[in-house]
Amino acid sequence: MALSFELLQEAVLFGVLLGCFYAAVSIGLSVSFGLLDVPHVAHPAIMVLGAYCTHLLGRYGWDPIAAGVALMPLFFILGVGIYRFYYETFEKRGSDAGVRGLAFFFGVAFIIEVGLILAFGVDQRMVEADYIGRSLAIGSFRLPWRMLVAFGVALTLTAALTLYLSHTFTGRAIKAVAQDEPALRLMGANPVRIKQWAFGIATAVTALAGAMLIIVGPVEPSLDRVYIGRTFCVVVLAGLGSMTGTLAAGLILGISESIVLMTFGASWAPAVAFGLLLVVLGIRPQGLFGR
Amino acid sequence: MNISRRNWLSIAGALAIALGVSASPAQAQQPIKVGMSMPQTGSLGAGGKAALVALKMWVEDVNAKGGLLGRKVELIVYDDQTNPALTPGIYTKLLDVDKVDLLIAPYGTVPTAPIMPLVKQRNLLLMGNFSFQVNHTVKHDMWFNNAPWGTAASWFDGYFIAGQKLGAKTIAFLASDQEFAQNLANGAKELAKNGGLKTVYEQNYPPTTVDFSSMIRAIRSVKPDLVFVASYPNDSVAIVRAVNEIGVGPDVKLFGGGMVGLQFTPIMESLGSLLNGIVNYNSYVPGMNYPGIEEFLQRYSKKAVEAKVDPLGFYLPPYNYAIGQMLEQAVTATKSLDQKLLADYLHKNEMKTIVGPIRYGPDGEWATPRVVQAQFRGVVDKNIEQFRQPARQVVLYPDQYKTGDAIAPFEKARSGK
Repeated sequence: MALSFELLQEAVLFGVLLGCFYAAVSIGLSVSFGLLDVPHVAHPAIMVLGAYCTHLLGRYGWDPIAAGVALMPLFFILGVGIYRFYYETFEKRGSDAGVRGLAFFFGVAFIIEVGLILAFGVDQRMVEADYIGRSLAIGSFRLPWRMLVAFGVALTLTAALTLYLSHTFTGRAIKAVAQDEPALRLMGANPVRIKQWAFGIATAVTALAGAMLIIVGPVEPSLDRVYIGRTFCVVVLAGLGSMTGTLAAGLILGISESIVLMTFGASWAPAVAFGLLLVVLGIRPQGLFGR
Repeated sequence: MNISRRNWLSIAGALAIALGVSASPAQAQQPIKVGMSMPQTGSLGAGGKAALVALKMWVEDVNAKGGLLGRKVELIVYDDQTNPALTPGIYTKLLDVDKVDLLIAPYGTVPTAPIMPLVKQRNLLLMGNFSFQVNHTVKHDMWFNNAPWGTAASWFDGYFIAGQKLGAKTIAFLASDQEFAQNLANGAKELAKNGGLKTVYEQNYPPTTVDFSSMIRAIRSVKPDLVFVASYPNDSVAIVRAVNEIGVGPDVKLFGGGMVGLQFTPIMESLGSLLNGIVNYNSYVPGMNYPGIEEFLQRYSKKAVEAKVDPLGFYLPPYNYAIGQMLEQAVTATKSLDQKLLADYLHKNEMKTIVGPIRYGPDGEWATPRVVQAQFRGVVDKNIEQFRQPARQVVLYPDQYKTGDAIAPFEKARSGK
């Protein structure tokens, strides 16, 4: 299909929205995997759990975004608990914790998935809100409100996390623990407590991402599998631990997928995204925004 | 009387022999094992679970009547997670470890396709379960599909005939990049070409696609008369939503065709009024009366609510119950579990089922296909019960079940007026 200028414009616009969505679903992982080095493959499963909790609150008339925000403290506690368990059983015991931790987090993901199947069944779940199923018309363009919401949430989360990590004492401590854990210990801070806190924040952010997941489309218990590759791709492409980098990497992925879809076909979109990752890692092994 | 120890041993020995002798027929009365995998999780999980309720109902019914050949029937089922990589292993286990007597295929084309070489190699009877063209290249002569479609033509005829009546000249294709949808789309493209329709847009998308806005926008820009979509449940929902947000433009006369998922009650209920105007395939819609189907659906509804699955169950469950009925009829008539004898019987005889009489062609598909193309109309939000009314899905094809003509263009039909 010939790609007119108008279609190209639209492809870029949709790509920006999709990219922001990718960034928003990846930003929690950017903290847990990027900063803390925890092989958190259960991140998408926790996000799906957040989506189901949003759906549950939706049945009582909650707006999905409000539900996502309300779930954040609960997920913070969940995250703290998961990290504590992971630390005590794996991280504390030595250098091969990474590989065994991977198995642990796969286990967590499976438990969440099976738990959701038992509780909700395998049917797709959705939520209702005024901004779902409608679009904003700008000239001949029509932009779905649900993607604009994802766009807003992604920008807000990126800004909030960037400010938190650079302007607060705990935020700076989280960055410090990522850079030099022994040095932090020498300063009298407890790295485990800092990491626990950071993992809690990452999980809380994932609850909001889960709310967005169900705003953007229907969810089912095994949806996490679709997002494992994409979220890790965004975080690694960004450079581990960079929040603005995560947003930029999400945008690159979204725009490239969208343009490839319009030109070569949708089947090539994932190949191009992961090809891009390989090229970037070949040139800059630390990622686009990593140090 | 004083019984010595030796006498006690003799009595015990005699008893053991007597029990042993009487136990022999009991061993012969082992249940007839029917084995299958069923997608109970993953994208076909919702349909698979509903289908399983119906199959279990058949097992209960047949056992209440005394079983088959005087033996109880036992159903052995594993979850294949809608993952085609798992089905060959599951069916090998069913055959070599569980030693099942009869095989039923998993629901769907994608999980079934990989087991076809296995059953052909071992010369086994396989009752197909709503798959499309999986035997097309394998050509196994002991395959019998319960789905009311045969070749690609049987599937598309209704859609294209409705389109041609509206004067359609151009068509756009949107298809998932997997076995089922590709078979469907390729068949449709061939038919479209033969029918003089010009293809103005073709897009295959990966099953992991998150958002369809770009594709719907691209379709709108080429202004096709017909849009044929071949999709799986997750994609179908996302596509319907994107169509509602972006719009496909005033030129599109018909939209839909091969969207899996729009037959499942939870999805129909969730999408509600967004379904209006879509013309899509189906296997059964209310108003098509076959002997026994209404009684079955009433019993099914109660069990489905307990099992937390599709409470109406129009699409798959009656056809899964029919698989059981066909096996029952063949085994009872041949008084055998011999795969060859059963296959011969299924080839030569008309099967009486709750989805009407079925006669098979040489390829194991229905000799007279019966795919329904129906248009959603007047659907409102949040109401399951409305789908029991024939007026919510107006049958455009086949002629013997027709209840109305298509409303076009799609944008007009979508408004629900």
